Amino acid sequence: MAGLEGLYQQIILDHSRERHGDGPLAGADGEHHEFNPTCGDEITLRVKLDPGHERIEQVAWEGDGCSISMASASVLTDLVQGRPVGEALATAETFREMLRSKGEGEPDEDVLGDAIAFHGVARYVMRIKCAMLGWVALEAAVAKAR
Amino acid sequence: MARETIDAMNHTDADSVGGRPVRDIRLDFPAFATTGDARPTAYLDSAATSQRPTAVLDAERDYLEHHLAAVHRGASAATGAATTRFEEARADVARFIGAGGREVVWAQNATDALNMVALGIADASAGIGGSAAARFALQPGDEIVLTEAEHHANLLPWQRVAQRTGARIVPVRVDEHGCWTVGDLAAVLTERTRVVAFAEVSNVTGQIAPVAEIAELAHRRGALVVLDACQSVPHRPVDFAAYGVDFAAFSAHKMLGPNGVGVLYGRDELLDALPPARTGGSTITKVTLEEAHFLPAPHRFEAGTQAVSQAVALGAAVRYLEAIGMEAVAAHEEAFAERVVAGIEAIEGMRIVGPPAGERRAGLVSVAVDGVHAHDVGQFLDEAGLVVRVGHHCAQPLHRALGITATTRASAHVYTTADEADRFVAAMGEVRGFFGVGRKVS
Repeated sequence: MAGLEGLYQQIILDHSRERHGDGPLAGADGEHHEFNPTCGDEITLRVKLDPGHERIEQVAWEGDGCSISMASASVLTDLVQGRPVGEALATAETFREMLRSKGEGEPDEDVLGDAIAFHGVARYVMRIKCAMLGWVALEAAVAKAR
Repeated sequence: MARETIDAMNHTDADSVGGRPVRDIRLDFPAFATTGDARPTAYLDSAATSQRPTAVLDAERDYLEHHLAAVHRGASAATGAATTRFEEARADVARFIGAGGREVVWAQNATDALNMVALGIADASAGIGGSAAARFALQPGDEIVLTEAEHHANLLPWQRVAQRTGARIVPVRVDEHGCWTVGDLAAVLTERTRVVAFAEVSNVTGQIAPVAEIAELAHRRGALVVLDACQSVPHRPVDFAAYGVDFAAFSAHKMLGPNGVGVLYGRDELLDALPPARTGGSTITKVTLEEAHFLPAPHRFEAGTQAVSQAVALGAAVRYLEAIGMEAVAAHEEAFAERVVAGIEAIEGMRIVGPPAGERRAGLVSVAVDGVHAHDVGQFLDEAGLVVRVGHHCAQPLHRALGITATTRASAHVYTTADEADRFVAAMGEVRGFFGVGRKVS
């Protein structure tokens, strides 16, 4: 099952079981609930910004969904926590571009880090929304916080 | 189940249908033409939509190539011949379901047919249809009884009726298997019950409802009985007249027939009184600028140009199924479900929804896999060459009641083999290992 292992890379399976950022967040500045009606996956993602609203101090989320969506939210937490808001949103955009690549080209590991493991998702059009679930919630939560 | 029993099924019910080997039946279906693949795709999603035999495809093409004309319009011999074929298809369907010819109304699909009933009741409640339709009118506080297991198609139209009339929906709750009993349903019937709507066969649990018994209980309360027959008409013998139901709905594409046509069954005296939800050409006797008088059933409901070639092809599907015999089809599919349930029960971490092993179920099995989301299961099975359905199967309240978001469903039809059942079980046996649940991860 080479194809399947290209989709479910070990790093994704690991993050789907050991989820980073999974839990509530008291005193959040912004929160957003994102739902995928085609499969029922859902996530509520919360962000806490620094007083100047320039930096994401903390991210936390609670969700229910497939391994792709849950692992993606976990990797997201590692990537954006503590980062300037602008950089976090740019990372979200780079992640989106990778998923729209249809599996072509090389993803930018300097920007995406572990998230390049989701490169294989780009070849499964039905699963792109799963991988984007947390990131869409992040964009909306940040917009609400600012 | 003992291995010998499974083997016996393999060589009787599971591998032949009404005396015809499944491998022969499969030759009737172009979709199963051998492509030379060592492992051809196993199609286990017939509860969603079925494959079509050559006889059905040919019937539609023959009509379009040689007989196409405007039905029920004009005076030419060609329109007469086309009309005859269209109405012969209606007669085929009527015979198949135990109905009179006037009791078969063409709809787009079962969802459309259920909406026709519900919206007709809502219209009657608003005074449309005059005194004849008053028997359907609902008052605020009247009750619409339906089960928690219903497909959204047999829930949302009733929510709309409730919104429009002030009637309220009274649910029959399901147990931890997603099943309900006649007793559960009887317990919620009251003097205010006006409609009882339920599926003969659940598209998620495979539970088979005793329709006649429920119809009698409901009628004793003076309620209308509306049957979702989507998962029964394609898979087992039905007789709506003997059941005593007032309305029923099913789709052609689940019964080896084409897309785009379905059936609303109704007792003729009810159909003649129910306001047509859609109005327009071909439904009327007399029209003035102010008002219209409608034809008797079935034509009063068939506004505009109908799906004629599809209806003709549905007639061919009915004749194909009759030639095999619906008792045999049901036995074949129940053997599939029994085989799958026996196999899945032996795997750790599987939760089978629906009647427990040993109890009767129709030819479909839905499973929740502990620790693995249904969409991941579906992806894994796809890679193994198995076409199944994953998700909530348009039955969110049922899944919510069971505390799960989604299940993986394998379903059969006349062409499904015992080997395909075994491939499904074998692949399900590997799912949790692949995703690293149910074992120590080093």
